[in-house]
Amino acid sequence: MKLTLIVNGREYSRTVEPRLLLIHFLRDELGLTGSHWGCDTSNCGACVVWLDETPVKSCTVLAVMADGRRVATVEGLARGGVLDPVQEGFAACHGLQCGFCTPGMLMTARWLLDRNPDPTPAEIREAISGQICRCTGYENIVRSVLWAAKQDGGDDDSAP
Amino acid sequence: MQVPADVDYEKATSVTHALALLDRYGAEAKLLAGGHSLIPMMKLRLARPELLVDINGLSDLGHITRAGEVLRIGTLTRHAQLLESELAGEHFAIMHDAERVIADPIVRNWGTVGGSLCQADPSEDLSAAFAAMKGTMVIQGPGGIREVSARAFHTGPYETVVGPSELLTEIKLPIRPGGGSGYLKVARRTGDWPVGAAGAAVWLAGAGGKRSIADVGIGLTAVGATHFVAAEAEEFLRGRRPDEENLARAGEIAAEHCRPVSDQRGPADYKRHLVQELTTRVLRVAISRAQGLAS
Repeated sequence: MKLTLIVNGREYSRTVEPRLLLIHFLRDELGLTGSHWGCDTSNCGACVVWLDETPVKSCTVLAVMADGRRVATVEGLARGGVLDPVQEGFAACHGLQCGFCTPGMLMTARWLLDRNPDPTPAEIREAISGQICRCTGYENIVRSVLWAAKQDGGDDDSAP
Repeated sequence: MQVPADVDYEKATSVTHALALLDRYGAEAKLLAGGHSLIPMMKLRLARPELLVDINGLSDLGHITRAGEVLRIGTLTRHAQLLESELAGEHFAIMHDAERVIADPIVRNWGTVGGSLCQADPSEDLSAAFAAMKGTMVIQGPGGIREVSARAFHTGPYETVVGPSELLTEIKLPIRPGGGSGYLKVARRTGDWPVGAAGAAVWLAGAGGKRSIADVGIGLTAVGATHFVAAEAEEFLRGRRPDEENLARAGEIAAEHCRPVSDQRGPADYKRHLVQELTTRVLRVAISRAQGLAS
């Protein structure tokens, strides 16, 4: 069936099988391989992208369900060549090791900070509780998100 | 790599349209809401529908509203919406307690209340919560609208009274004075299915030292309770004082009457112990809230 959607601000139309999963559509049809295809069982969260306003696990969403909607992937985080603060935070605080879980972590982190600009470590852990870092680098992921919160103008007066 | 088998897909534009599609395809059609149970089942070939009827566009099924003394929750309400709804939490804290421990925040963004209830997993949290609240399920089909008690909704594991040409449209919860509720769950890890869980809704009558339990609903999940209800414990408590002795006895009765099985989540005797402890504790929470002593 014909599918039209907006991904990272750009409109795409494709004809796809209804059974095609959104993660495979993004990676294989659009070549947006930033989102990772991990566990396939909606446990690991490597495939998290935004569907309209909220992050979803794109291995458990059909591409056709995104018809007429907006999708945001990790490729859309940076604006005009400037990294999003969550990306900066992961770089500054060593928030990734192998990097496989990172795209999903970044998309959830951005969502969290949009809703809660000054999260506690516990709130960050809750937000990413459906995502798995198999390097077990959670401490640094939490630090990275806290770092980004400060850049975003959280509670730190010295933030730019 | 797991992918669903070939399937047709239609986007429903109204409830009437969805029902017409279901009527045409019969049992070979499946409603697709959040899809967080159905799509994994399709990947595993545990479900193999010929047609998916996508109801995600039916925004009039995503309401949480109060009409008189009834709280109405649309079937397409996302778990996250229910968790964030002040209206829902104000009248039934049990829903916030339960939603906080269902899956994870990302799954809750897209998974739906109606989808969870209709999936009817024997370990499902909301089934126990709605049984405790004594909700009414509103089901629409070709013949019109019918209402079924949440306690008669499930006919077995993964089975409900919703027919192949019908759609659960909303759940109605009666708001009664003197009410308080809560939900407690033990799981092996965050976001997992429960080893055991108990929900309670109590309605108190009287005042001060003369308070008594006018009515009570106790829901249990993952422990083989018929219709997710601890009916004998409810029967025991009705009309009694909400004191520690009675709550402890209610826990014992609930544990005696459920039928947990040993599996990878734990042995049956441990689950029975959980039922006893969680029932007593959650009744304590519900009663405190009914008395306005705790949030």
